[in-house]
Order: sequence, then structure tokens, then C-alpha cells
Amino acid sequence: MPNVCFYFQVHQPYRMKKYSVFDIGSNSTYFDEQKNAEVMRKVAKKCYLPTNALMLELIKKYKHTSRPFKISYSITGVALEQFEKYAPEVLESFKVLANTGCVEFLSETYYHSLSYIYSKEEFKSQVEMHRHKIKYLFNQEPVVFRNTELIFNNEIANFVEQMGFKAMLAEGADHILNWRSPNYVYRAKTTKNLKLLLKNYKLSDDIAFRFGQKSWESYPLTAEKYAGWINQHAEHSINLFMDYETFGEHQWEDTGIFAFLKKLPDELLKNGHTKFIWPSELALIEPVAELDIHNYVSWADVERDLSAWIGNNMQNSALEEVYLLEKTIKDVNNKSLIEDWRKLTTSDHFYYMCTKYFNDGDVHKYFNPYDTPYESYINFMNILNDIIIRMKRLIQEKNVVIDLREDYKKQNYNLKHQLTEKPHKSMVVFNASL
Amino acid sequence: MRKLKVLMFGWEFPPFMSGGLGTACYGLTKGLTNKNVDVTFVMPNGPEDMKAEFVKLMIASNLKRYNVKLKYIDTLLRPYLSDTQYVREYDRYIEVLKNSNANSKVIYGKNIYEEVYRLSLAAEVIALSDEYDVIHCHDWMTFPAGIAAKKATGKPLVVHVHATEYDRGGGNGVNSQVYAMEREGMMYADKIIAVSNFTKQKLINNYFIPEEKITVVHNAVEFSEEKKFDIKQHEKVVLFLGRLTLQKGPDYFIEAAKKVLDYDPDVKFIIAGNGDMEAKIVDRVAQLGIGNKVLFAGFVSGPDVDRAYQAADLYVMPSVSEPFGITPLEALRNNVPVIISKQSGVSEVLKNALKVDFWDVDELANKIISVLNYRSLHKDLSKHGLMEVHTFSWNIPAGKCIEVYNLVISEKNNEIKI
Repeated sequence: MPNVCFYFQVHQPYRMKKYSVFDIGSNSTYFDEQKNAEVMRKVAKKCYLPTNALMLELIKKYKHTSRPFKISYSITGVALEQFEKYAPEVLESFKVLANTGCVEFLSETYYHSLSYIYSKEEFKSQVEMHRHKIKYLFNQEPVVFRNTELIFNNEIANFVEQMGFKAMLAEGADHILNWRSPNYVYRAKTTKNLKLLLKNYKLSDDIAFRFGQKSWESYPLTAEKYAGWINQHAEHSINLFMDYETFGEHQWEDTGIFAFLKKLPDELLKNGHTKFIWPSELALIEPVAELDIHNYVSWADVERDLSAWIGNNMQNSALEEVYLLEKTIKDVNNKSLIEDWRKLTTSDHFYYMCTKYFNDGDVHKYFNPYDTPYESYINFMNILNDIIIRMKRLIQEKNVVIDLREDYKKQNYNLKHQLTEKPHKSMVVFNASL
Repeated sequence: MRKLKVLMFGWEFPPFMSGGLGTACYGLTKGLTNKNVDVTFVMPNGPEDMKAEFVKLMIASNLKRYNVKLKYIDTLLRPYLSDTQYVREYDRYIEVLKNSNANSKVIYGKNIYEEVYRLSLAAEVIALSDEYDVIHCHDWMTFPAGIAAKKATGKPLVVHVHATEYDRGGGNGVNSQVYAMEREGMMYADKIIAVSNFTKQKLINNYFIPEEKITVVHNAVEFSEEKKFDIKQHEKVVLFLGRLTLQKGPDYFIEAAKKVLDYDPDVKFIIAGNGDMEAKIVDRVAQLGIGNKVLFAGFVSGPDVDRAYQAADLYVMPSVSEPFGITPLEALRNNVPVIISKQSGVSEVLKNALKVDFWDVDELANKIISVLNYRSLHKDLSKHGLMEVHTFSWNIPAGKCIEVYNLVISEKNNEIKI
């Protein structure tokens, strides 16, 4: 009689518009409104709206039973913003779900960033921003944390515990579990009592990746068959973690994914024991053991590490240069500049630069709006260089203001001089001494 | 099983020719002999008094270890020769003949079409001199030879299209006589090999060839021993290497150069190659006022080709219409990143390259500046490009050609049975 813990990740990045070297210094709109709106509306129609409607139907169906249908989400801040702008009806449907009392929201970084790895301070800010947004929209205070792409290790666990979280999600990768089962609650080494909830990648990926695969030996997957696999278990919980876009977007409607989902709770509940459980409830369970995870683990690619975002020269330099700007940008303290800069921290931009499987052409390609990783890097760096120019201009303006206050007359000549001196047009190759 | 015997009408091997046709013939021949095919290679060869003897020796010794039988046909034809260029060549020969006071008779055709026809007569004799399984010829000047050989022996004919008259014209019309000979070769052929889907589409749309008659076989690149040159440079260098003709798009290169230089004056542009657009390009460079930033290196060959690549930080191939385009692979082999036009066959197969529409000068300039300024981009493009280019072995296209041979041979056999 296992518990089943459903967790869905909802995310849409701000895709950049085509931005040329010749735009640097003269054009500060970086994101492709039209494309982002288009994608959002398309995914809303194919996935978010029908899936939310189905979830609501299922929640209502079991709400007053002894074993209600419970689910959990984490929705990135950038996805929420885009719902507000391009698909407010999706946001409304999430609010309706939140109001049923059967939905739990988890915490993550607002910008779906790799900030933990590059700047703990920025990481904290982004988690805090996300907390505010969730509180404001859904009136919930998350107690369970999920890091971008389930990136995890001992050190993050310790940091997250100190931020006050009770549990954290991670990939139940073979190389961290060895002989152990992902279906128990563990405690992360280096923490006092932070619970580790591990994704059962086999059963999760059966839905997320293999559901519509005709070559798969278990195709077609029925709710009966799948519930049968789950109900064999008797551990703490089967953690089914996946992208929410699995429903209708990765697995299209014609694969029968919605019919499957609709039937699944019934089949799971048939045995009279299985229950649905939230991550926050799992956080209360006594862990069976301590897990020592020194190296970074994530849910991406077969490697289940950071190599989708960090690894080649382009990715490394782009990431380093973005985070090198942090201190100065925050000192300059211009709202729109900080916001644009933060949008550049979204991990998707670095995923597009990945050359790892480029030669085989694969999943990375499916999610990549650029023809090649090289193009995505050029676009990213051009935009980053414009941000640097804006930042420099603001620094210049600020200095001018300070000069004015000190001694207007004395500085008058200087001031004129500074104002007529235009920012250098040639490419700014950023360095740390800025 | 008996060895496949192929009679191939091709072109001179590197380093004694210009352009990619000879390189492709050489690579393919090596690939075929690696796969145990018996190749007799018929090579048009210039008059003795106009060509150094060592050329022949070099070629012969190069091929010895690959077990290729070489036969020569004495002709004034060279790849990429236009009808007016042929006449010039012919006049030059007559001049040489006069000055030498020799008593030899002029054997060559007065114009290029006569000469191509003369080549086909010689081809017939060669074809009958041995028992071949299949005849394979490369581009229009050898098509009449291939047709003659097929008529004489009844053996199947494969024509290999490396470029069409539409590519050579660069969008400025076609020579109808050349077009007619190209099409006749394609019609007589049992199967056509095109070097890219780009070229295949041209054959379907402009030559009205049924799609199923065409097989695409992409080219590869040959790795010779690496020659490293120690070239010191202070400025960033962008290279164009190719004939200065409409087809190769040197004019777009110049326009992009201007935009790059407006942005960053610390860049040098090298143009290596000659051709009928040379004067126009020089004029345009002067007009744009970038004469001190654009260097004309003239025609380069042999080790100078590698030297040119190695002097460059970036290679650009802005071709208007490039059936395949082997130079980007050579540049990558020299560890130089490349920008190539989307109107090229090589862009169908090469992944680790930046690609632009040839007419999009702004985007070309954007990418040139990016490669020169973003060091990580330069590093990753050349690193992954070099790895990729190592997978372009001539054994692969050779294998595909053998499949085509077997197909046409078995079809021919079935015909006979019926």
C-alpha cells in the first residue's frame, strides 16, 4: 500500500529575440514578446488549460472521500509572469486549483536559474521573490524546496535547510542510490533533518518520456497496467516528478495521455489502501537513512549532472560573465536593469548553448529555438554587452549627480565634458575589474 | 567475387588544379580503391609543351599505392573553363606553337564544344580497350565522353554532378549550349549522383530530371599530413578563398567587411583567388574606402592554401550557389572556424559552423564580429568543427557510389535477360 506523490514542474522561459551586434548600445528590448505570447498560448491550449480542468475534475471527484486526490506544483516566477501577460485564464485556473485545498505549491528560484552554483546571495533573493509571488497569488507558504532541474548535493541541502525548508526534491539517480530504493524518505548528510524526496525516475519517465513511444515494450500503457506496477510497492511513497507539459505538449492528446490520467486515480485507489500524499506530508516521515551526495546530481539527460548547462567554453564564459555583473548591477540599483539581468540567469539560455548532443540532434534540439548552440551564444552575449553598456551609462549618470551635489560650479566643466563623451561603441569585453 | 571495374572520366588531382572538382575526384578514387574497386581514371591533360612534366610524375606516384590505372587524354580543357576562356587558351597555344617553330599539327578544337566532342572520340577508344562494368563521369565536359563510352560498350553510365550551369552563372543566366550538354548527359545516364540535396533540387527543377533517378552523395575531405605554419599576426584576419566569380559571392564578403570595419577597424580581410570579378571587387573596395584593410592575395595553391587558412581567425564562404563546397572542411581541418552560406551543399551536412543566407550582409557581419570578439565562441566552433571534420571520410561517399554501381549493373543485367 504505497503513497503516491505527484509533483509537476511548470516553466516557460523568456525567449530572446534575434539581437545583433549592431543592436548593442541602441536597442534594449531583449525578449521576443510575440514568440513568447505565441508559445504560451499554444501550450495553454494544448496543456495547461485542459490539464488543469482535468485535475480539478479529479480533485472534486475524490474531495470528500477518505483518500482525496492531492497534487503538488512548482511554477517558476517567469512562467507566472507570462501567464499574467499572455494567458491570464491559465493563472485563474491555477488559483481555482489552489482554492480546492488539495494542491500544494513548492518553492524554487523565481528565474529558474543556476544561481545557487554562482551566487548564494542571488539564489536567496530569487527564492525570496518566488515565495512572495506564491504567497500573493495562491496564499501559500511553501515548506518544500525544489531547485532548478532538481540540481542537488549535500552543500545545497545544508543551505536550503538553513533557509527554513523541511524537505527538498532530488533525482533518484542510480549512482547516488546504489542498491537503495528511491521510494523511502531519506535525510541529506550535512543537514540536521532535511528530508530528501527522490524521484522514481523509472515510473516517472514511463509517463513523461515513454508513454507515446510505440517501440516501447509496454506500449500502450493503460491506467490498469500502470496502477498495477505502483500498487506492488509497499514503501513510503512513489514519487512521480515530471514536467507538467508532459500532458498534451510532450505527449500529445492523441497518445491518449489525458484519458490515461483521468482513469489513473480510480485504478490506484481500487486496492483500498493507496493514498495520495504531498511533499510536505512526506517531510514529516522519519527517514530510513542518511544519503551522502557529494557531486551535483540533476534530472537532465542520461548523465543526470550539470553537463547540460555547464561544460563547453561558451556556457562557462556566458555564466561567469553574467554573475560577474551581479555586484555592480545591484549597486547601480536600476529596477529595469536588474530585472533584465535576472532574466538572463534563466538556465534555459545555457541549455541552448549545449554542444553535448548537438552532433546527434536530439531532445536538446526539441527545446531549442536556435539552429545551433553557437547562434544562441552570440545572441546571449550581444544582449549581455548591451546590459553592460546600460550599466556603464547609469554609473556615469550617478557620478554626475554626486559631483553636482559636491560643488556645482567647480564641476561644471567636468560635467559638460562627461556628458558629451559618448559610451564607447566598440564591443565591451567584460572583465572583473569593472 | 570479381572486382568491380570502373572507367572514370575525371579531372586533375590536387595540388595542380583549382577548385573542388579535382579534390573530389581524387578523394573518391582513393575511397573506391580502399573498398577494393578497380578504377581506371581517365584524366584530361594539357599539351606537353604547356605543362611541366613533374605534374604527371607527381600524380602517378601519388596514385601508385592506391592501385589506380591512369590514362591521359591530351586536351586544352580544364575544369571551370568558360567558352571565352577556352578560346583564349587556344590562341595562347597557337602562339606557343608558332614560337617553338615545331612542325606539329593543331589537334585541339577551335572552341570548347568542339574540344569536348573531340574528348568523347578518345573516350570511345579507351572504353573499348578493356572490359569495364560501369562508366562514371564528373561534370558536363566529360558527359559527352561518358555517353560515347556507353554507346560503344553498352555499359551503364553514372554521371556525377558537382556543379550545374545555374551555379556557375551565379543567378545571371545560363549558357544554353552547356545546359544542353548537361541535360543530355543526365538523360543518357542510368543514374545521377548529386553532391547535395541543394543540387538535387536544381536537377529536378531546372533539368526536369525525375527525383528517383538522383542519388545524393555528399563529399568528404581528405586529410594529408598536417603542415603547421608559424604565422604571427597582430590583427584579426578574415579569409575568403575561392574563385572571384558571381557564384562564390566575393561581393557580399566585401559589403560585410565594410560593416565589420565600421564597427571594429582592427580587422584585416584577405581575398585569396582570382577570376572575372577581380577588377570589380578591387574597385568596390576602393570605393568603400577600405583598401588598407582588404588584401588581395591572388590565386593560391599547394601548401599556400594551408598557410592562408592558418593565417586566418575565421573563414567565410559566402557562395551564392554552392553545390557542395569543400573549402569550409579544409578550413576546419586547419582549426579555423567557418561561416558558410545556407545556399551550399556542405551546410546540409556540416553542423559545427555558422550559417547565413548569402544576401544577408548584416547577419554575416554580426557573425564575423561575434566570432572575432567572443573567444569562447571561436574556441568551441573550431574545436567541435575539427572533431566533426574528422568524420568526413571519403570511404563513406565511395561506399554510396558502389551501391549506385551495383544498382545500375543489376538493372542493366535484368534488361538483357528480358
